Amino acid sequence: MTTAVRVKGAGRTNVDRFLTLLRVFLIGLIVVGLLAFIWQQIDPGNPFARWTHDGEPANRLTADQFQGLIVTGLSQGAMYGLIALGYSMVYGVLGFINFAHGEVFMVGAFTGFIMANKLDEAGYWEGGAFIPAVLFTVLICTLVATLTAVVMERVAYRPLRGSPRLIPLITSIGVSFFIQNAVILLFGPGAKSYPSNPDWLGEKRTFLQLEGTKILVIVVAAISMAGLWYFVERTKTGKAMRAVAEDKEIASLMGINVDRTIVTTFAVGGAMAGIAGILWGLLFRSVIATTGFLPGIKAFTAAVVGGVGNLGGAMAGGVSLGSAEALAPLVLLEPLGVDGVSQLRDAVAFTLLILVLLVKPTGLFGERLSAEDRA
Amino acid sequence: MTSTIEETASAPADVTRGAFDLEWGDLIKTGAILGLGLVFMSLAGMPTGLDGRLLIDPFLSLGYVSLLWLPLIVGWSVANEKVLEGMVATRKSARDVVAGLVVGAIGGAGLSLLIVLIGAFDIRDPLVNWNEKTQAFLSFQRGTGFGVIACIVVSALLAGFGASLHLMPRRVRRAIVSALLAVISVAVFESFLVDVADPLSFLYTKTGGLLPLWAAVVAALALAMTLSGGGERIGQARTNFQELTGPAKTRQNTILIVVSGLALIIIPMITGKITQELLANVGIFLLLALGLNIVVGLAGILDLGYVAFFAVGGYTTAVLTSTNRGPDWPEWFPTLPWWGAFLVTLLMAGLVGLFIGAPVIRMRGDYLAIVTLGFGEIIRILFLSDWLSGYFNGAQGITNIPPADFGIFEVKGTDPRSVFYLVLFFAVISIYVSWRLERSRLGRAWMAVREDESVAEAMGINTVNVKLMAFVVGAVLASFAGAIFSAKVGSIFPTSFLILVSIIILVIVIVGGMGNIVGVIVGSIVLVGVLGGPKQPGLLQEFSEYKLLIYGALLIWMMLQRPEGLVPNARRSRELHQDEFLQDAWLKGKVDDADENGNGADSGTVAPGLAGGAS
Repeated sequence: MTTAVRVKGAGRTNVDRFLTLLRVFLIGLIVVGLLAFIWQQIDPGNPFARWTHDGEPANRLTADQFQGLIVTGLSQGAMYGLIALGYSMVYGVLGFINFAHGEVFMVGAFTGFIMANKLDEAGYWEGGAFIPAVLFTVLICTLVATLTAVVMERVAYRPLRGSPRLIPLITSIGVSFFIQNAVILLFGPGAKSYPSNPDWLGEKRTFLQLEGTKILVIVVAAISMAGLWYFVERTKTGKAMRAVAEDKEIASLMGINVDRTIVTTFAVGGAMAGIAGILWGLLFRSVIATTGFLPGIKAFTAAVVGGVGNLGGAMAGGVSLGSAEALAPLVLLEPLGVDGVSQLRDAVAFTLLILVLLVKPTGLFGERLSAEDRA
Repeated sequence: MTSTIEETASAPADVTRGAFDLEWGDLIKTGAILGLGLVFMSLAGMPTGLDGRLLIDPFLSLGYVSLLWLPLIVGWSVANEKVLEGMVATRKSARDVVAGLVVGAIGGAGLSLLIVLIGAFDIRDPLVNWNEKTQAFLSFQRGTGFGVIACIVVSALLAGFGASLHLMPRRVRRAIVSALLAVISVAVFESFLVDVADPLSFLYTKTGGLLPLWAAVVAALALAMTLSGGGERIGQARTNFQELTGPAKTRQNTILIVVSGLALIIIPMITGKITQELLANVGIFLLLALGLNIVVGLAGILDLGYVAFFAVGGYTTAVLTSTNRGPDWPEWFPTLPWWGAFLVTLLMAGLVGLFIGAPVIRMRGDYLAIVTLGFGEIIRILFLSDWLSGYFNGAQGITNIPPADFGIFEVKGTDPRSVFYLVLFFAVISIYVSWRLERSRLGRAWMAVREDESVAEAMGINTVNVKLMAFVVGAVLASFAGAIFSAKVGSIFPTSFLILVSIIILVIVIVGGMGNIVGVIVGSIVLVGVLGGPKQPGLLQEFSEYKLLIYGALLIWMMLQRPEGLVPNARRSRELHQDEFLQDAWLKGKVDDADENGNGADSGTVAPGLAGGAS
């Protein structure tokens, strides 16, 4: 045992060597997968494809399928991006991962379900007034999600300000656990189905033949993102948020109410998660108490991919993660002869997280954190 | 030591305040929170769900207890003000009781409102417990009007009682609390007590409730014991034991260990299957928690994917022993007896520990947590996937795992006693290993890394290697549990290795006390034994629906109130309360400045842990 401590230098390089090997392997896997995919698109019966598919020729992806994958990836990525904004902002301001942020998203989706169901019973959803009904639902979802995030901050995180950074992280795991199980107990454990969207929304339209719901998701996400950008970069409150993220002490010396700014950060992040929640409901039309967990983790991945603290990065990270998750199974893994690739989507997302942290730990667009948080 | 600080702290005499001299704003706020809590628990279905279980046969059900403890505790805490240095301490008086009554009444009013609202609106669609059953339960089955008043009165009385506990002499208070706890625990642990000692069943009715007569007897016994000074004598014995030093302490420790060891060997022989099964489950989670304690508690690495090592342990053993493993394994791949597979499992777990540890070891703590969580999911997804189903059978899992055969006895799931002995054997090994490691050079290096990585590095510790070692040791300890688990269950499925398991192990370590072996043991007994594991029932089988909620609430509460856990590790708690220690030291330092014979030895607390960590 003691030798492990005594040996310096030697052990370090071994770990480094292993990491280099892992980087080379992962990047090599991507390159080989891509090449195999291109070759398979040109000639499905090529020898490599036959070798990886037990002698059978590979299935060529049609243009329609490919386009479908990209749109699915973009719309899911837009949602990841919206959730990632909350992670990114809270990390920027407080320097800890709010593990329970995924639950705020789930609360948004759940509120969306309740609202949509009630509006549908009253004849406003599938029938005539779909657009106002959705707008109203979005409003309520945003409010409830914001409230959840603010209460969370008040109850669980404010008393812990200034404690070692793993303590609020562990607390947020508890919060996440609590909210999930509270929802199960209050609303029952089963999956809740949204009422069906009106037909005209599901139709494939425009010259690209895109599905209306997915366009709606992308457009709403883009609008929310633009609004958030305006709020953070152009308003006084946004300026205060950036100042608090940079240095809390000096910000408070400059007359900024740090507590209120932190609450605002949680509120804005919660609002974005709430919007993502209702969009999720419109897209997948089903919500369950555990809905928030995986999208939450993936959104954190998106935040890291884009660079934590960087809002544009969070959105871009979300879109790249969504696309990678939609494309990688069929574009990288299928040509390599892996079976049942759609089951590996979540694994792809986590592998991407590991890859980004190995190759470029500051994310694609660079972190924007104060000096102490970067430590 | 007669200085300014001392004077300001103790000079003002205690003040008695008038009965209605209250902070009304605070009281209304607390009352509203109490009301929200009560309404939440009612709508979560906890009281109605537990109503079927009677504690004292016709009078009191677990449902009411699960609701009514809240006003009691809130009442107690309303009157329980913290007296800080330099603050005026108020004498407890009727004022506190009034405060309790007010808070309780406001909280009860929340429930009354709920009763009325359930009658007025129907929102059963989203809220599953918005129904007459809840309404009838809350109004004590006696109609809405009675319920509205009864809720307020009962809640106010309980909170007032909780507050008035402060006014009673210490001994009386203790006696009342212990009598209450004794009756409730004897009633709640009915199945366990009857399982351990069958003759005890005369205490209970057929439905499991305690007979009122015997409830009174139990309460009287507890009262008598505390009033005659039993509690104080136990406390005195404990302090005596803690103050022992040198050879006397070693001797006492040896006696303690031998006695508890003998007890652990004998207990399963005299108890029924339920207790044996329970002990086996507690043991498996204890093994996991001991491993995570090294990673999180000693080295300070928050590993949220710890279940991965459990899974690897379980699957390696399963693949090596089962006749029903996936069809794609090559012909020459051996089928080993359990102990042979076990050795391979250890090796495999160590390798996976290295493999997962190496990429994450340089990341900052919170990133590491999420990435390990990702690894935990990746491993489960791989075991579940069609891609590798030729090896691990995907969702069908690996079945037909033979019992572990040791010649003299077989360990199999149908015989929980044998499982328990095997678990006990490995738990003893794990405890010994953890204990020795904690005091080794490596253990001190872990703690140094936990406290401050840069300082540790400057002290010449190779932090990367040290942290990797923590990962490997943790992985190997988890694989013990995995190997036993697969032999115990006889089959293994990916659904046994959800992230949930990681989090529950984390809760065990945190609630027990990070970095403290005794704490981890206490944590696993209290949580897995009483509440139950992710799928395993505990003593409180009735709580199985609510245990995850309780786990979550417990984790938040522990982090907010007592981050060092139930049985704190001295050094760890010094780290967590560094600010307070620094403040104390500062106060003391001032005293020392004023006092010419200042006691220099005490200033060691200024640099918490460093002296121990770096030596």
